[in-house]
Amino acid sequence: MTDPILLQARGVTKSFGGVNVLKGIDLDVLQGQVVSLIGASGSGKTTFLRCVNLLEEHDGGEILLDGEPIGYRDQGGRRVRLSEARVSAQRARIGMVFQQFNLFPHLTASGNVTLGLTKVLGKSKAEAQEIAEHWLDRVGLSAHSARHPYELSGGQQQRVAIARAVAMQPRLLLFDEVTSALDPELVAEVLTVMRSLAESGMTMLLVSHEMLFVREVSDHVLFLEQGRVAVEGPPSQVFDQPENERLRSFLGRFHGLFGASSA
Amino acid sequence: MIDYHFDWTVITRNAGFLADALLLGLGLAVASLAIGCLIGLLAAYARLSRWRLLSGAVWIYVELIRCIPLLLLIFFLYFGLPELGVRFLDKFETFVAALSIYAGAYMCEVFRAGLESIPRQYVEASKAIGLRPWQRQRYVVLPVMFRITLPSISNNLISLFKDTSLAAAIAVPELTFAARQINANTFRVMEAWLTASALYLLTAYAIAIALRQVERRYAAIR
Ligand SMILES: Nc1ncnc2c1ncn2[C@@H]1O[C@H](COP(=O)(O)OP(=O)(O)OP(=O)(O)O)[C@@H](O)[C@H]1O
Ligand SMILES: [Mg+2]
Repeated sequence: MTDPILLQARGVTKSFGGVNVLKGIDLDVLQGQVVSLIGASGSGKTTFLRCVNLLEEHDGGEILLDGEPIGYRDQGGRRVRLSEARVSAQRARIGMVFQQFNLFPHLTASGNVTLGLTKVLGKSKAEAQEIAEHWLDRVGLSAHSARHPYELSGGQQQRVAIARAVAMQPRLLLFDEVTSALDPELVAEVLTVMRSLAESGMTMLLVSHEMLFVREVSDHVLFLEQGRVAVEGPPSQVFDQPENERLRSFLGRFHGLFGASSA
Repeated sequence: MIDYHFDWTVITRNAGFLADALLLGLGLAVASLAIGCLIGLLAAYARLSRWRLLSGAVWIYVELIRCIPLLLLIFFLYFGLPELGVRFLDKFETFVAALSIYAGAYMCEVFRAGLESIPRQYVEASKAIGLRPWQRQRYVVLPVMFRITLPSISNNLISLFKDTSLAAAIAVPELTFAARQINANTFRVMEAWLTASALYLLTAYAIAIALRQVERRYAAIR
């Protein structure tokens, strides 16, 4: 028996001011899977993630979460935008971790985690606090729960951001280049947290330039090129026997880490 | 040679009167700042709204108030409104109304700039955890904006406190009025004005120091 499809994108398009950035993205994420998007700068990876949790509205195609269209409902064949309240409710089921952490600067680490728990999920302060402590502990920051973001290193801030997202018990977690803004020596601590989340069965869709990590944790990898999926498959296939010329040259930029790179 | 003999007993004899006057001035300033902040906040949101009519109306309010001397505004409300049939405000309320309207225009600009300066990432993070629009304002945007604008709010309080001296013009017994009263009754001109000036100075300074502490306490940003 196969796992149910959690996220399904069909022909997703998006343009900014007449420029087509996504030209029909198809993608499935099964429950418990880790799916990764790789590709050159400007290929549309971030834009796609932002469409999934409605920070952008896609123009065409559909994105289904647990079979339910994201952002729109169908009314007699017409697409009708959901109300802000419904959109917020859908977003609460999808967690997102950003490249720049985006922690709330006026709240402590634990305040960052509890805000959504109390205001969105309606949990009591005590319960939210308990959950926050659990997750801050999971990301190795229980000693820092009372600190404000400006008192934390980049790696610590990013781990708080992961705790904030995962504490909401989302169906799906999105990661957009979450280690790109970090000093090299801080990357590992964040990847460790992500690896352990993946192992615990969390469904994850990630954009990353950490190719070794992507190859290690992903069940499925998609290579995006100018708003289209150019190559997709299991990591062994994508990384070790890339047939696509441009994928080969893309991978070749990563210090010849991968066997079949040409240059 | 100047032949003026200081007699400070007039001040000590009137100490209670002066203290009451000082507290009244402070009260007027705080009340006006509070109401002014409320007006300013609503006005700032209106100014940023997509509704051109609303944002235009607020623009006119702000520009108008910033170009009119405060004393004129006070006179207009105090002498003008009764002519128009509005008589339910006493002189204290009239003054607070004038100072609030005045403060509101300035706070509108402070808050508008504050709201516009909130980095987009914070709003996106609050969307991503599923907060609704008003919750995003209430729990993320406003607290961050409050911290960013705190220095301007402090400066406005000090400036409003000094502006309460204009209430003397409509016989509100605040510090300036009290000093003039002592003058009139005792002819101790220098003692009265020097004391009033010193009290303004000390109080403004004390407010500044106190608010500096508040700012430090909330400097959790950057
Ligand atoms: N809000 C926007 N307005 C206009 N153009 C945009 C906007 N957001 C993205 N774009 C454009 O869309 C294209 C895809 O951008 P996107 O950020 O999705 O790329 P990416 O694959 O995430 O790249 P990177 O690896 O650099 O993060 C780029 O050409 C970008 O300039
Ligand atoms: Mg990107």
